[in-house]
Amino acid sequence: MENPYIPFLMRIEDVILETEDRKIKTFVLAFISDKDRNHFAYIPGQFAEVSVFGKGEAPFGMASTPTTPEYLEFSVSTIGVVTGSLHSLKKGDTVGVRGPLGNGYPLEKFKGKNLLLIGGGFGFSTLRSLTNYILHDRNRSAFKDLTIIYGARKPGLLLYKDDLAVWRGRHDLNLHLTVDQEAEGWQGHVGLLPTITKTVAPNHQNTFAVVCGPPIMMKFTLPVLKDLGFNDEDILFSLEMRMKCGIGKCGRCNVGSKYVCSDGPVFSQSELAKLTGEAHF
Amino acid sequence: MGVTKLLKKERLEGFLESLLNDHIVFGPVKKGNLCLFDHIESVNDIFKGTGNTMNSAKGALFPQTERLFSYRHSDNAAAQINVPPTEGKSRVLFGVRPCDARGLLLLDKVFGGSLQDPYYCEKREKTVVIGMACEKPDPRCFCLALGGGPCSSEGSDLLLLDIGDQYLVRAETVKGRALLENKAFQRTNKEALVRANLVEKEAENSMNRAVLGQVRIGEGFEKHLETLFNDPIWDDITESCIGCGICTYLCPTCHCFDIQDEVGRSTGERIRIWDSCQFPLFTQQASGVNPRPSAKERFRQRIMHKLCYLPQNGNPLGCVGCGRCVTECPVNLDIREVIQKLSAYEA
Repeated sequence: MENPYIPFLMRIEDVILETEDRKIKTFVLAFISDKDRNHFAYIPGQFAEVSVFGKGEAPFGMASTPTTPEYLEFSVSTIGVVTGSLHSLKKGDTVGVRGPLGNGYPLEKFKGKNLLLIGGGFGFSTLRSLTNYILHDRNRSAFKDLTIIYGARKPGLLLYKDDLAVWRGRHDLNLHLTVDQEAEGWQGHVGLLPTITKTVAPNHQNTFAVVCGPPIMMKFTLPVLKDLGFNDEDILFSLEMRMKCGIGKCGRCNVGSKYVCSDGPVFSQSELAKLTGEAHF
Repeated sequence: MGVTKLLKKERLEGFLESLLNDHIVFGPVKKGNLCLFDHIESVNDIFKGTGNTMNSAKGALFPQTERLFSYRHSDNAAAQINVPPTEGKSRVLFGVRPCDARGLLLLDKVFGGSLQDPYYCEKREKTVVIGMACEKPDPRCFCLALGGGPCSSEGSDLLLLDIGDQYLVRAETVKGRALLENKAFQRTNKEALVRANLVEKEAENSMNRAVLGQVRIGEGFEKHLETLFNDPIWDDITESCIGCGICTYLCPTCHCFDIQDEVGRSTGERIRIWDSCQFPLFTQQASGVNPRPSAKERFRQRIMHKLCYLPQNGNPLGCVGCGRCVTECPVNLDIREVIQKLSAYEA
């Protein structure tokens, strides 16, 4: 019987400091065994439990894409025991990983469609995974127009600066960056994500909207998308709840009858509208 | 097909003795003033009186604390993981009351399914459940109202029914029938069967009718609960709850757990421990958000999970009517009254 609680080991290949407040780092992890690499078949939107031995484990969405199968990347905000100790690790150190967990974004449904990705703050990590997946040479032609609206409180809190520079140089996506308040040298939008979405969102026809960010941002983005004409089935949210097992056994991440870890974390608004439960917008 | 045999009472000890030779045996044990469902070393430990144990039988398969694996770690966090070997011996759960036996069927659904929990399933596969019918049900009990019964064999491989100087023993499963091969068991006779029938009827009739009448979970109850999710009735119901979580620890179907690392200087163990939806930390996120911030949301979750979400996902109800939470709740928050209030309430 396969044991879903046992992590495999990965080596830290690089640690990238993402934000000016030094609170978010991206960990680039290399597989140590070929077996683990081949076993870890994932899609954007899925997550994994990362272990710091001697501390514990915590769930993070993959910020990397399966198109670069030799590495996994996780962006980690230092906030608790596990994330704090992760931040103290260096290149060459070892962590444990178990996964992939959760459902991920419905890539098959996205094929032939336009995509509007809306990400807030740190919640952008799995949308970065989805974006790089779509932009890969092998995949780009399967998807139509790609629009990204990504916001942070300040310019210095935007993640993935290298990616953003590459994306700006491409002609096959519309990139809108926004910050909450005017900042020196900032040339993007200024305003909260729901407001910016209202002004720059593409036509809803043949388009999926994918939203990931803090609960409050998702709550206020939903009515904007509805006003723009998006159907509930075409609005997708990636939810967050406290998790432990990640496989639908430990009982804490219910939204109504569904578990965020094993039934989600990605749900359409039409699925969520049918559920009772606390994580509602 | 079920097989039925007889076991003379004086032969029970010999039968248990034979099981103790090559099984890990759990059963009711007197410890001080308490009767607990616990590990048994000797036949003399087993308590054979009426009533149910303070704790349920679930801990025999889903221990309150269980090591998932151990590891060595050092400064650079390199680790070597050791998974504990699976227990070779089979388990016998003796004297399980019908409510607890049904509770195990729900745990089977949770820990089994398409993604199996190896710690539970490997123990469970090698486990025989020997049930003990309740000829004299406790006045707090309400199994009958929830589809069970004081003499129901559901969930038991063998069920013992006390018919005087002997037990009528029913085997409902392959494992149970194999045990009946033991020479201690004798052919049954018509007189014993008639007597058993009478005992079963008496047991059912002796159950507290007023209590059974309270616990009405009719067709459409799940939908009804969903419509009440945001209703102020929950303020009223949960006002007295102090969030101690005793209901969840004693419940035969509660299965929520936490995963933690217990750490020494260079070694560590990842363990799982029973957790409770009644505790604030259960859903407290590192960001500061808690989707279930007060006792109201947490008690509502307990009721919704048991009586709405589990059946919605094709599982049995998460309440088997054992009555433990009713007896032990320090503020008399009574699930039978809660069910009655909710069913009678129109939003």
